[in-house]
Amino acid sequence: MKKVKVINILFCGTGGQGVLTASEVCGWAAILDGYHVKKSEVHGMAQRGGSVESHLRFGRRVYSPLIPFGQADYLVSFHRGEHGRLKNFLKAKGTDLIHYLDKAESLLQDKRQVNTFILGVLSKNLTLKQESWIKALEVVFSHKNLEENKEIFWRGRQERGG
Amino acid sequence: MAKDTLNSLKFLSGNQALGQGAYEEGLKVACSYPGTPATEILEYLSQFPEVDAQWSVNEKIAFEVALASAIAGLRSLYASKHVGLNVAMDPLMTSSYIGVNAGFVVVSCDDPGIHSSQNEQDNRLLARAAKIPFIEPSSPSEAKEFVQVAFKISEQFDTPVMVRLTTRIAHTKENIVIEKRKEIPARAFKLDIEKYVMVPRNAYKRHIALEKRLSKLKDYAEKSPLNKIELNNKKLGIVTSSVSYLYAKEMYPEASFLKLGFSFPFPEEKVKRFAKQVKQILVIEELEPFLEEEMKIKGIKCKAKHPSFRIGELRPEYIPDIIKGRQKTQELASARKPVMCPGCPHRPVFWALKKLKLVVTGDIGCYTLGALSPLSSLHTCLCMGSGITFFEGFKKVLDKNVVGVIGDSTFVHSGITGLINLSYNKTKGVVIILDNSTTAMTGNQPHPATGINLKGEPTKKLILEDLCLACGADTVDVIHPFKVKELEGVIKKRLDEGKLSVIIARAPCRIIEREKAAVPIYNKEKCQKCYLCLNLDCPALTKLDDGLIKIENNFCAGCNLCVEVCKLGALIKHEEG
Repeated sequence: MKKVKVINILFCGTGGQGVLTASEVCGWAAILDGYHVKKSEVHGMAQRGGSVESHLRFGRRVYSPLIPFGQADYLVSFHRGEHGRLKNFLKAKGTDLIHYLDKAESLLQDKRQVNTFILGVLSKNLTLKQESWIKALEVVFSHKNLEENKEIFWRGRQERGG
Repeated sequence: MAKDTLNSLKFLSGNQALGQGAYEEGLKVACSYPGTPATEILEYLSQFPEVDAQWSVNEKIAFEVALASAIAGLRSLYASKHVGLNVAMDPLMTSSYIGVNAGFVVVSCDDPGIHSSQNEQDNRLLARAAKIPFIEPSSPSEAKEFVQVAFKISEQFDTPVMVRLTTRIAHTKENIVIEKRKEIPARAFKLDIEKYVMVPRNAYKRHIALEKRLSKLKDYAEKSPLNKIELNNKKLGIVTSSVSYLYAKEMYPEASFLKLGFSFPFPEEKVKRFAKQVKQILVIEELEPFLEEEMKIKGIKCKAKHPSFRIGELRPEYIPDIIKGRQKTQELASARKPVMCPGCPHRPVFWALKKLKLVVTGDIGCYTLGALSPLSSLHTCLCMGSGITFFEGFKKVLDKNVVGVIGDSTFVHSGITGLINLSYNKTKGVVIILDNSTTAMTGNQPHPATGINLKGEPTKKLILEDLCLACGADTVDVIHPFKVKELEGVIKKRLDEGKLSVIIARAPCRIIEREKAAVPIYNKEKCQKCYLCLNLDCPALTKLDDGLIKIENNFCAGCNLCVEVCKLGALIKHEEG
């Protein structure tokens, strides 16, 4: 089977953890870099404290809105149980950012910032331009939360090692 | 990137893109009732002053108001989830007879995989039954483009046109470039009793006109650019539509495709032409074998999916098995169950009902979660309004051991007539309206009893207490559900009375009223690990490895229901000061 070159990122967690916000920022960054982007969301009953996963795909041309099983390049989890459920989505040589969950939780007072921190870590792994990320944060976050999120994102982006 | 480009560049979901497409195409009137996965279409349209967008009381009303606006001369749109269209089935079935005048588009958002619904019916079958053409975009960008084509077809052929999305398309986002709106002048309404009054004689003539129209639409479908042949490797030719096309294209980009965007009336000749060009034909579609049956009826030989794939949503990784004709084997590990929010006003009601050991006929909304273990105190749920009508049926057998529950928005949508039926047919007993003053499950939309409309403007507020009395309830009590003992007392009293009683348990949804009270104090010395509190199924209460309880400060809303429930005094209200 011939494959089109597409980057696949699977974001997961539970309702209220900012899964959709994180994938929204990443999606915008890819759009601003000129890629075709598809992002899947979960709404309605599933959102009430249940699992929330968002498939984000970008490339020259993206077909399926869902990442085929076993094809995720990155797994970005904000919840350990959900990580366990979805880790098989990762490619053999895919990058799992689960290690950064502990780090984010110990570093951050406010648990609602975990998503932005890990997004910063993810940004370091992708080749998207820094200015696209900054612009994406500006598009997604309201004026009130922008500066705070930029700072947390920056801390994640400067995180090294695994 | 230039500023102009950035301003016209959006990241829109299928629902939003469809709304944008309709807006650009001169849409004037849009009506709906909230329902996942369709809700965001109207929410998106509500931002435009040029569009008269409304939450209607229910889908039947939405359909009729929108269709009538089109007949009177304005481009109009109806949108709902798949099962919402069932509520509008009565006007739908005759709408193809009377036709439209200005363009009228019916948007159905189906829910393969049952992410947030009571079934996974395939509304392509409804469109065929109603004899209206339907169009199937596969992505948000196509949703925007195809809805514009739908308006043109609607006006050209004087017919409602269905545009069908699925959850996956409705809730996928994609880069979309938005364009300027076209202003379309209103079309004159001409009095035409033979066309617009569906009495037998007229309807018979309109049926003849409808069949003629379908035949013309078939010719149109044969030439429609929405039905696209992509010739590639000729060994395998895939006939497909909707998001299935994208899954197949993802997995087999080298195959030849006939992608159907305008699939009813079925473009038979085009499919036959495609079939001649490839060695083997395979149909890939989600849910019902719609295309497969159309092809087989027309004598086009094809292979199709194993019937096991008629159940549930397709995924890209299923495609190889579908191609090989295999049975469905892969299923993803099931997701975490949803749960009522901490501080949810429905929780104390279900706690009380559980204690009273009642059979509870339920309805559709967040409170359907009352069925999940460990609360397990909602026992039926069929469709909108069935909390009350099922109560009446059960009452004939179970007498005092049954109550009906229904949400505020659901009551206004479909419960009122059920309540009148109870009264008219002399049924006694207790119906509880779980009034959290919003349409919560779909994302907190207003409804008539909130006194706010879709555009956020104040409007006449429906008073549920008065309405219930007018429908024939003998008594109406309004109770704050967190006063659990009082609530329990009233339920018991009303059950014993032999009257028709409505109890309105009223407290706002936690998502609209986020005020947080102090977290209760946990006294572990007094805790005997009975775990009665865990039966509340509150996400803020967890059991630690040592068997003790933990209150998650981040989650806890301070509703103190656990304090109410703990008989040992291990959970104590945190008094301020």
